[in-house]
Amino acid sequence: MKFKHLQSLIQDLEHFRKPRMELEQYPTAAELATCMMFTSKETGDIEDKVVVDLGCGCGTLAISAILLGASYVIGVEIDSGAIEVALENCEGFEDLYLDMIQCNLANIAGLRLKADTVVMNPPFGTKTEGADMEFLKCAFQVAETAVYSLHKRSTREYIRKFAMTKLKAVSAKVAFYLCWSLNLSHTLQFFIR
Amino acid sequence: MRLLTHNMLASNVKGVKNGYPLRIEATTVETKTADFNPEFLKRMFPKLEWKAFCEASAALGEKGLPAQVSPETLEDEEFLKAFHHSLLELHVEEGALICPETGRKFPVNKGIPNMLLNEDEC
Repeated sequence: MKFKHLQSLIQDLEHFRKPRMELEQYPTAAELATCMMFTSKETGDIEDKVVVDLGCGCGTLAISAILLGASYVIGVEIDSGAIEVALENCEGFEDLYLDMIQCNLANIAGLRLKADTVVMNPPFGTKTEGADMEFLKCAFQVAETAVYSLHKRSTREYIRKFAMTKLKAVSAKVAFYLCWSLNLSHTLQFFIR
Repeated sequence: MRLLTHNMLASNVKGVKNGYPLRIEATTVETKTADFNPEFLKRMFPKLEWKAFCEASAALGEKGLPAQVSPETLEDEEFLKAFHHSLLELHVEEGALICPETGRKFPVNKGIPNMLLNEDEC
């Protein structure tokens, strides 16, 4: 699948109907999602892998993972409204080996969720402080090989240190950097266990 | 919800010690064909709790999976086809997952298990 093709498919996906601000709900921009997913695919973390999308929202990253060759994808999402939209988005495709689970990440440890790769566009912690770090902790519990996550540029060093020391990442680096239209700079960070 | 997903779910209620595997009470099960990929099946097999998987499969009417699986079994096409069918083609659309310790029900609607907890369960 080519970059532009994936990008245009993502652009056609439905968005949140009534975005809940406290959950920092917004659809991942098509170009951003495509860049991120292509990067993770090129590093060998998508094709033939089991992928989990934490906080999958409308399903942008989860669906992209399947389209780029993931064997199986699980989307975890807390909000019923988002899940409804994600289900509709999935209907537009045939043979999506994608399941969703409705769950609060605060309670995810009790499940036995494991995947090769976690992809996510987590809340930045602007509404609930520390939300981004909670997502990262969960990501490291679930992922066996790699975590791809979007964060604000301003938190880059803090996250790198946190991942290396507290989460025992083998490496943490910026895989991709893109300026985003809402005047926030997003950095894609790539952690390998 | 496919059985591959179910195999990874347990009761996440605080204090529960034996919340796995969740028993399946399915009111609607659908079968949707999926591409047969033996390599994927062989890769997934070691990641599964096999006993729990066989029980779940039996709960949905597919009782033919062997309790013991040897390296030879994993090369047997008949086994792989049955494994494939249970792992990827059976979908629990409506029903509930039940905690073996407490009986707490986690509903499944439109194929999505709801693992959200009440305040007193966190």
